[in-house]
Amino acid sequence: MNHSHKILLLDDDTDWLALCRDLLSALPSQPELLTTTTAKRALSLLETESVRLLVCDLKMPRMDGLQMLSIVRRRFPDVRTVVLSGMDDEDYRSRAYALGVDLFWPKSEMQRDVNQFNECLESLLGREGETGFRGVQSKSLLDIIQMECLSASSTVLRIQRGPLAAKLWIQEGELTDAEIDGVRGEPALQRILAWKTGSFENLPPEPGRERTIHKSVNALLLESAQTFDEAANLNLTGSADADDSARHQRTMWKLSQLTRESAEFVIAIPPVGQGDPDALGTQNSAEFSQWATHAEKMARELGDRLGAGPLLYISGQGLERKVILMPRGGKIFLTGWPVDADDNMAEKTKKISAAWES
Amino acid sequence: MGILKNIFRRAAAVQSLPAGSLTVDRHGAIITCTVSSAYPQSLLATIGHAVVTLLREARTAQMPLSEISLHFGSLHITARELRGGAVIFLLPQTALASTPKTIRP
Repeated sequence: MNHSHKILLLDDDTDWLALCRDLLSALPSQPELLTTTTAKRALSLLETESVRLLVCDLKMPRMDGLQMLSIVRRRFPDVRTVVLSGMDDEDYRSRAYALGVDLFWPKSEMQRDVNQFNECLESLLGREGETGFRGVQSKSLLDIIQMECLSASSTVLRIQRGPLAAKLWIQEGELTDAEIDGVRGEPALQRILAWKTGSFENLPPEPGRERTIHKSVNALLLESAQTFDEAANLNLTGSADADDSARHQRTMWKLSQLTRESAEFVIAIPPVGQGDPDALGTQNSAEFSQWATHAEKMARELGDRLGAGPLLYISGQGLERKVILMPRGGKIFLTGWPVDADDNMAEKTKKISAAWES
Repeated sequence: MGILKNIFRRAAAVQSLPAGSLTVDRHGAIITCTVSSAYPQSLLATIGHAVVTLLREARTAQMPLSEISLHFGSLHITARELRGGAVIFLLPQTALASTPKTIRP
């Protein structure tokens, strides 16, 4: 288990914060505990510290817990959230879970059974490397879809994986449509089913939605499982043809992402000594990579000296193009854009980098 | 009381973030500055030097940039190339701040 996890405790009651700090200091993984009494300060800490878990009260002055959680959910999707509230009300519990919190725990129960609460927190802290979907850990998306269809329910499953979002429409136990990044139908479904982790939520059904998937759920899931098996076998055999085919498919997938987001080029630069940069759309990858590597190092050192928090990204504009440099998952992504590109380049770069790694 | 103050005087533990603008020449030396004089000049010089170096190295890498922005968790640094030097805007960011996110011409 990673011992550097940070837990942020947010509560307007300082006595309660002190008590929580004492109780959570008994966690076996010995996480670093940060405390604050205001949502504003908590958001600042989330910006500057790599917080793994937020433990939040609901009833607070100025910004209440539900507002705070909706902001955290939107701006920091990777942060696990726990509500620790004195209001053990079913309505609040439902609203908190609808916002995607991982755990709702009444304060009174926490005092009664600290060990169980700590076990839950420990479990949330340790889930980083596991597969599964938030809320239904250790279950794959195939399982979740099967459960929805077997119960003959009607719903829209909204699935989020980092900056990527997808939707599945289920009508009376039938999978009727899938959509991701403008792609619909079976191709979209196959792409979504490849996701191993993420979070999902149930939205109200949309019975009027045009049907694009006409096969039965079982047939689709069987096809998908077969595709995964074939891909696994290809990897095992390791033949040159299989490698070429897999590489070609990956290149086509990356190229489609690049085109969809209207980017001119992408370079993914691994850490020094861990391979060559992976570039698409530019001939100057060596020069650009060298600049990006040095720029990222220089900016990171500058941020440390100024105490300005982590480097989120660098944007640049020239006469020929705009560029975004973004460190993500140990790599540096440099993306090039036309000069008339809109202001969403950073968000689009996040999407491209997520797709690049998937 | 004055004696005690002198004995126990210590520097503030938290350094505030710089806010304002500065112009630097092609070597990164500060020409003009609107940042509070309480902010360490050495750190401003570091910012100026870093920005000019980034712009110069981008030119060398066949990617000339006329504007560059460094987005940190709590500070945005936006710089425009200015006859080899640069004009630099420093915008501290807080979670619910009303400060501008970018500089518009």
